[in-house]
Amino acid sequence: MSAFLTVNNLSAALHGYDQRVLRSVSFSIDTGEVLGLVGESGAGKSMIGKAVLGILPSAIEIIEGEILLDGQDLQKMKPADRRRLIGATAALIPQDPLTALNPSRRIEPQITNRLVDILGWGKTDARVRALELLNEVHIDNPERVMGSYPHELSGGMRQRVLIASAFAANPKLVIADEPTTALDVTVQKQILRLIRELQERHSTAMVFVTHDLGVVSKVCQRLSVLYGGKIVENSSVPDFFTGPKHAYSRALLAATPKYTDPDASLLPVDEAVIEAVAAEVLASDKEWRHGG
Amino acid sequence: MLDGRGSIKRRLGARLWLSGTWLGVMALLALFAPLISPHDPLAQDLFAGRLPPFWASGSDPAYLLGTDSLGRDVLSRLIHGARIAFSVALIAGLATAIVGSLLGLLAGYMRGWVDVVISRLVDIWMAFPPVLFAILLIAVLGTGLTSIIIAIVVIDWTRFCRVVRAEAMNQSAMDYVSSAIVAGRPRRDILWREILPNVLPTIVALSTLEMGIAVIVEAILSFVNLSISTDAPTWGGMIAEGRTSIYQAWWVLAFPLAVLFLTVLSFSQFGEGLKDRFDPVLR
Repeated sequence: MSAFLTVNNLSAALHGYDQRVLRSVSFSIDTGEVLGLVGESGAGKSMIGKAVLGILPSAIEIIEGEILLDGQDLQKMKPADRRRLIGATAALIPQDPLTALNPSRRIEPQITNRLVDILGWGKTDARVRALELLNEVHIDNPERVMGSYPHELSGGMRQRVLIASAFAANPKLVIADEPTTALDVTVQKQILRLIRELQERHSTAMVFVTHDLGVVSKVCQRLSVLYGGKIVENSSVPDFFTGPKHAYSRALLAATPKYTDPDASLLPVDEAVIEAVAAEVLASDKEWRHGG
Repeated sequence: MLDGRGSIKRRLGARLWLSGTWLGVMALLALFAPLISPHDPLAQDLFAGRLPPFWASGSDPAYLLGTDSLGRDVLSRLIHGARIAFSVALIAGLATAIVGSLLGLLAGYMRGWVDVVISRLVDIWMAFPPVLFAILLIAVLGTGLTSIIIAIVVIDWTRFCRVVRAEAMNQSAMDYVSSAIVAGRPRRDILWREILPNVLPTIVALSTLEMGIAVIVEAILSFVNLSISTDAPTWGGMIAEGRTSIYQAWWVLAFPLAVLFLTVLSFSQFGEGLKDRFDPVLR
């Protein structure tokens, strides 16, 4: 199987600054595969997803590298074509279900918009599909939910709606940007199972952004560990959990709570390890400057 | 009052009721002024000058709120004044809202050079003292209802522009806008169908506030005799005339002042009440 999404040597920087926020990031995902992007806050996990989908904040620009979506180089496309390609093949499950639905519109058009506007479906077909989707995400009363406003739904319900809306147009790539972070633990588990279920059924390629290694072990096949906008380790999930190669990965893994042995868990990441990985990132910057 | 997760019903609130009633009554008076007003607002009766309102001794029941020094009926002049005040309020208020909000939406959503141009323009605009600017504009445009309306729009669009721009920027940063972009929706569509509905409550509240301001501006211009023709029954003009005879006939000043005050207050309260009621998050 060829990779559906390939990111090559992608660097991004604050507009007008030399400092990179993404540092020569490369990875690829096959159809049906789930890649976890792990790292601390500010490591650039979400940024990668946003770069792929073309929704980077206006202050950040891509300075080099290529993003190949379904074999087409996004950087070389006209903006309108790029938006159309992304709209037809990719989708986002956003982090915060509270702001990700438009508060002044009913749920139905928010699910069917893409079908009607981009894919040219009829209104009734789109409605049938939306009901079907809400069933798929296990919403009991889809008719009522379709006519509701977002503020009438709970956080978990909204996240279900967002998942339904992400899978509406049968996307080949879904970027899940910390989809469970804003939810409480009991709901988290259901939502994760749901995302996994839909991903498997539609054999979607998926980028799963999270800081929770426990989630990665359940959902992903491969993962990339990020520090300071640089990928410090690429690994398959089983290999990673049995023996992470990078010192920073080992420290991250050691800092994850273990339910079997509460006393041994929650080790803070060693300062020396942080310094070492930071030095590594800076060294790569130097190399990049000389190379470019 | 909450019924489960279904619908939240809230009482309309005294504020919305009171201000709404006052504005409604005034609007009806304005609309049917020629039918309702007991006298011709311009008719003078020099033998019936400075008659007090109905409860005072020496009043004439034909002139409920008394007469001014030229013997013109205060009530009739107030009713006809409402006509002018409400025309200015509605037309100028809406026109200002449309012009200012459009520019604000464009600046806040498009950003880039569009934003730079519009924002600098607003900065420059706001450096002018508004009342002097109005007088200057009237001097150039000539007096008359149209000139007043144009002057209000030209001066006050910045008020909308700044607020709507900030609100549009706020909304543009929301995840639902990102989702709409990822979904491949056209930019124009995102502005009109995603962002505008969320900025609308703010625009509505500002519009009613602006209508109140328009009433005041019209009154100020009438007060300094820069509105429509001098003997036309405007509230500002009545206040100006009443001022000269305040010790002999207080009612000539007091009634238009009270009506003006209540109307402007009602406009602002009505707007706030509407905003509370229709804000999608508070609703």
